[in-house]
Amino acid sequence: MKSNRLEKAVFFTVLSLFLLVILFPFYWQFVTSIKSDEEIWKIPPSLFPQVTYWDNYVRIFKLHNFARYLWNSAMVASLTTIFSLIVGAFSAYALAKLKFRGKHLILSLVLSVSMFPPIAIAPSLFMTLKQMHMINTYWALILPYTTFALPLALWNLTAFFRQLPNELQEAARVDGCSFFQTFWKILLPLTAPGLFTTGILVFIAAWNEFLFALTFTTEDRMRTVPVGIALFPGEYTAPWGQIAAASVVVTIPLVLLVLAFQRRIVAGLTAGAVKG
Amino acid sequence: MDKEATREAKTAYLLVAPSLIVIGVIALFPILRSLWMSFYAIDLTLPQLGRPFVGLANYLEIFTDSRFWAALWNTTYFTVISVTLELVLGLAIAMLVNRPFAGRGLLRASVLIPWAIPTVVSAQMWRWIFNDKAGILGSLLQNFKILSEPYPWLASVETARLCIIAADVWKTTPFMVLLLLAGLQTISPEYYEAAMVDGATPFRRFLHVTLPLLKPIILVALLFRTLDAFRIFDLVYVLTGGAFKTETLSVLTSDVTFKCSDYGQGSALAVVMFCCIMVISFIFIKVLGAKVEE
Repeated sequence: MKSNRLEKAVFFTVLSLFLLVILFPFYWQFVTSIKSDEEIWKIPPSLFPQVTYWDNYVRIFKLHNFARYLWNSAMVASLTTIFSLIVGAFSAYALAKLKFRGKHLILSLVLSVSMFPPIAIAPSLFMTLKQMHMINTYWALILPYTTFALPLALWNLTAFFRQLPNELQEAARVDGCSFFQTFWKILLPLTAPGLFTTGILVFIAAWNEFLFALTFTTEDRMRTVPVGIALFPGEYTAPWGQIAAASVVVTIPLVLLVLAFQRRIVAGLTAGAVKG
Repeated sequence: MDKEATREAKTAYLLVAPSLIVIGVIALFPILRSLWMSFYAIDLTLPQLGRPFVGLANYLEIFTDSRFWAALWNTTYFTVISVTLELVLGLAIAMLVNRPFAGRGLLRASVLIPWAIPTVVSAQMWRWIFNDKAGILGSLLQNFKILSEPYPWLASVETARLCIIAADVWKTTPFMVLLLLAGLQTISPEYYEAAMVDGATPFRRFLHVTLPLLKPIILVALLFRTLDAFRIFDLVYVLTGGAFKTETLSVLTSDVTFKCSDYGQGSALAVVMFCCIMVISFIFIKVLGAKVEE
């Protein structure tokens, strides 16, 4: 009984410590974002701001193109999600439900793409995009993002299609549906939860990407949020209040997304690695 | 029946075609083009020089440059230390929370948040925490009299790489916990009951039940984390910009290509990087037996 109590105490102490370490940087960033420039540089730093000061939030939109960065990120991430889901769902249906040769080869190919280091194609892709006058366009980001999201989309969606009973497809075939109609009209609507989960994962990945966004955009008006936050300009020193405010603005929608769909996200993330 | 099979295969090829085209055009073609470009001298800022064929000169230059070897060492050092820490911490926490308790949903949600935010944002958070003037880390340590004066965590050779490791461990350990927790939950409690009947100590149960059953998941998690850590770019770019002995292969490749506008050598570095990743994957899949395919 005594050891049980001790065990519980240790358990909750370690757990609280873990949560503290995870959550403290977020708290600190938020507190910094509502401090005045003067208070930010106060030594020692105050754990609670003395006056709440919202100017940093106003400044990121007034002094910088932050609204534009948000818009760019939203466009690029949404279009990437749509393309990955369309292309991914087609292939996933074929891989899960149809018989054809070369399945294994295709799966290995997709797998190898998931291992690709993005930097390995950055120099040559930059040259190609430049020759096609696509630097500083959304396409310069959407195309590579879709490619790198495909393994994730294919994997998750294939798993979802596999769960659907084969009898459904057979019944539809007997009723005279073509394979494509079976896919489009019968099976695809049933994988809606799978599409949704996969969509969230792809969206987050595209929203967060940095390397391609940094190299394939050279104009300020085409920057995405991560690039904007990384390159926040300061006259003498980095404008920490504004960086913190921008970080909070980007983090809030992601936190809401995570809170609303945590079960699905966890299921989608672990589906590839854990096959039960 | 044969006709049906042909029709089925035909539809299948049509459906996988878009994926194959995308992968072919935006992954395979660029890597081949990188290989091709690596044999040429290409400077986009000096088009009058043309693009002379230089054979293996770019590779020779890389392999005789101490900057490359330093970046390779930094990348390997970072990868090995962070992935090891993430695995050990991740496993410990996953085993700890693998039980029903109140507030489990809260834990899962908070664990997901570091994973969900952009690496650039987490890098800026840590850059501010490590700030030498008003950073909270230095201030706390001074408060507890561990440190007598402010210390430039990110601008010192001794600590800069440790800061990068800390920021990475913070962001990816939660993900490791999730993955390993999902794995732990697939282990039937009967195994543990049987081991208890045989009088196995908790340590022996861990060694002879948990680890062997978790091995496939650990290997897959390790493979993907290693590949991910090896291409680290965002954290280094924001925290140190590659200074103070923190330059990694991705940062070096990007610097040579886009800042110095040396596309030939940048491509050669890209090819070298690609080969490193191939070697790592080969070791994990063929030597250690990581099963990554369904």
